Amino acid sequence: MTVLLEVNHVSKQFGSDTKALSDVNFSVSEGEFVSIIGPSGAGKSTLLRCINRMIDATSGEITFDNMNVMNLKKKDLKKIRTKIGMIFQHYNLVNRLSVIENTLHGNLGKKSTLAGVLGLYSQEEKEQAVKILHVLGLDEHIYKRADQLSGGQKQRVGIARALIQNPRMLLCDEPIASLDPNSAKIIMDHLRNISRTMGITVLVNLHQVDVALKYSDKIIGVNHGQVVYNGSPKNITKEDIQRIYGSEAEDLIFDVGGIHAS
Amino acid sequence: MEANEQLTSAKQLLDPHLQKKIRIKTLTKSSVVIRSTLIILALLTVYAFFSFDYKQLDVGEAALSTFANLKAMFLEPHLEHFTFTHALYQVFVTLGLAFLTTLFGAIIAVFLGLLAAENLTNKRVSTVIKGFVAFIRAVPTVLWVLIFAVAAGLGSVAAVIGMTFHSVSYLVKAYSESFEELDKGVIEALQASGANWWQIIFHAVIPSSLTYLISWTFLRFEINFAVAIAMGAAAGAGGIGFDMFMASSFYLDIREIGAITYFVLAIAILLEMAAIRFKKKLKVNGQ
Amino acid sequence: MQADYFFKKKRNTLSFLSILGAVTILAIIITEYNVIKGFSSLPKAVEWGLMNFYPTQESLTKLPAILDKLIETLLVSIAATTTGAVVALLFAILGSNTTRVNAFFGSISRGIATIFRNIDVAAWAMILLFSFGQSSLTGYFALFFGSFGFLTRAFVETIDEVSGGSVEALQATGAGYFSIIFQSVIPSSLPQMISWILFMIETNIRSATLIGLLTGSGIGFTFNLYYKSLNYDVASLVVVVIIAAILFIESVSNYVRRAVL
Repeated sequence: MTVLLEVNHVSKQFGSDTKALSDVNFSVSEGEFVSIIGPSGAGKSTLLRCINRMIDATSGEITFDNMNVMNLKKKDLKKIRTKIGMIFQHYNLVNRLSVIENTLHGNLGKKSTLAGVLGLYSQEEKEQAVKILHVLGLDEHIYKRADQLSGGQKQRVGIARALIQNPRMLLCDEPIASLDPNSAKIIMDHLRNISRTMGITVLVNLHQVDVALKYSDKIIGVNHGQVVYNGSPKNITKEDIQRIYGSEAEDLIFDVGGIHAS
Repeated sequence: MEANEQLTSAKQLLDPHLQKKIRIKTLTKSSVVIRSTLIILALLTVYAFFSFDYKQLDVGEAALSTFANLKAMFLEPHLEHFTFTHALYQVFVTLGLAFLTTLFGAIIAVFLGLLAAENLTNKRVSTVIKGFVAFIRAVPTVLWVLIFAVAAGLGSVAAVIGMTFHSVSYLVKAYSESFEELDKGVIEALQASGANWWQIIFHAVIPSSLTYLISWTFLRFEINFAVAIAMGAAAGAGGIGFDMFMASSFYLDIREIGAITYFVLAIAILLEMAAIRFKKKLKVNGQ
Repeated sequence: MQADYFFKKKRNTLSFLSILGAVTILAIIITEYNVIKGFSSLPKAVEWGLMNFYPTQESLTKLPAILDKLIETLLVSIAATTTGAVVALLFAILGSNTTRVNAFFGSISRGIATIFRNIDVAAWAMILLFSFGQSSLTGYFALFFGSFGFLTRAFVETIDEVSGGSVEALQATGAGYFSIIFQSVIPSSLPQMISWILFMIETNIRSATLIGLLTGSGIGFTFNLYYKSLNYDVASLVVVVIIAAILFIESVSNYVRRAVL
């Protein structure tokens, strides 16, 4: 498998003394489903945002598709962002616009300024949007306003907006943290489907260990801004969980046993 | 965007081979109202510029001389007809007018606000008070002051009473809305324990909406400071506004207006900063 | 412990009330406010108002002229608000933390708006009077500056409140600055902004009356004319007309707000 994303010695410093990430290294292969797990405040969100440069890392090297992300100029950065879809915990939709308009927003990165400002979309783009919404089971809601949807439906619109970009990779920042277990399962199933059938690489931040173990090809454990585990979910041990979650691990360990057993 | 959509849909009517077109804009009541509001406002604005009474004014020249005036005002301010201490004292007079007005207004508004809150009285009382208050608010403050001035003479009495009218109407609206946002359960719980109306008011309603009441009142104080300046200028209420009016209309001294403007700006910005800080503190305490 | 808590609370209330009392007395002295006269003049004013301050049959002949001035004032207020809003939108986009180009321009544009907001329209009117005289433009520019300052602050708050998340999402798709503004920021904040604009129009009509008094134009001047010449029946008709106009605009904007928000 070819390596799609490589993160080498990446550090991020906020202000003068808060270190969010220190010397993070890992790589992700084409088509892999990777979960980043860790306690809240461990730096998962910062790490994800460093990859598409929503946040600039302080030092290190990030290579995506054989391009060095760190020293891209503004124009090239926008170009590379069009190849990386992003999904957010709070969906980040434009609440007053319709589902299809929100979906089409994923195309804005490829448009000229004027077309973007006026919101001009071609017939193919619209057809593709409808197709994607159909795959995600949102046919009935195409013309509904985003704020009339439930949380799970909103997140599916978020996924549709990312998919219409035709991305090589999806970055998902806590995609199910605000959802009920049922909707969470639907979202995770969709993400796995996307990874398997479309060959899109998925990198997802999670704080639920059981979900991560169930869905991922690879687990990256982060604590205090450092990678403390990097490997297959099959080999993860109680001690690994303990290292990732520190003192919070007590009630999580029980779950691990359960998952491995099933 | 819209025109373009229509264009393509017209094209499709002509060409039956084209596939069905996917529209992306939906016409909801909200978007229709938004669009028509904007169009009406734009048309009225254009019409307004044609209908203005320009009085043979050379707009370009007037704009240039305004720039020159503003430059003189802000870069070469001086006090000639008033001393610095006099101006400072007058600023405090204006602050005093604003304070008295806000205080009287707040006291009256709390009672009327309680009666105007639908969840504390009944719909009929609430509608009557809200209507009465809307009527008071519709009359500009300066007219209230001038109307009272006929009976009380020009001066601080007419100014305070006239301005209080407006403060009352503003605060009743704000207070009653804060009361109405109150959690129904709190009132219910006290009712269940057999508390009477006044007990509910003093032990549940006022304590739980106190932060809102205070921040609205402070906001009104800020507004009243500006209103007091205007009343000093337009209705002889005294204070720094009257000095500004004298500098403008009698001494025709643009630099003196500049100096007074600096005084006013300093106080107004201080009040705004205090209000922002105050709000933040209340928010933290409230959580 | 418990007794202490209640004692402390009582003491705080007491000290707050005494400070309030002291400031009140100070304010009464400094403004030379006559408390007794204040109370006694209220019934006197009501009595006088009922006797003299109402429109009569003959004052109705002045109605067309008054309506003419009213329309002039309304148009000045609307034009000042809408043009002020356009400029305010520009400054708000530059000044909002979500959409600013950089921190430097952000503080500059917010600083300019703060200055404009805190110079009262009455002060603007007196300043502009020097160059623009008694034309409609004096009132227009005074209201324009005031509206610009106020609306910039209101719009900045609106943008920060409603569009943070979607701006981030569109940035992540690689969308350009202008696409983000027009596809995300404006659609999500427009209804709230329209509500502020309508509020500003209402406020400006009242302010326009005040400016008219100071600069000798519009409906404020008409009122002053009859008021100073003791023609209270016509002056009261002017007040009635203003009330009707403001209540009408208030109900229209309430309708729009309900439909839009």
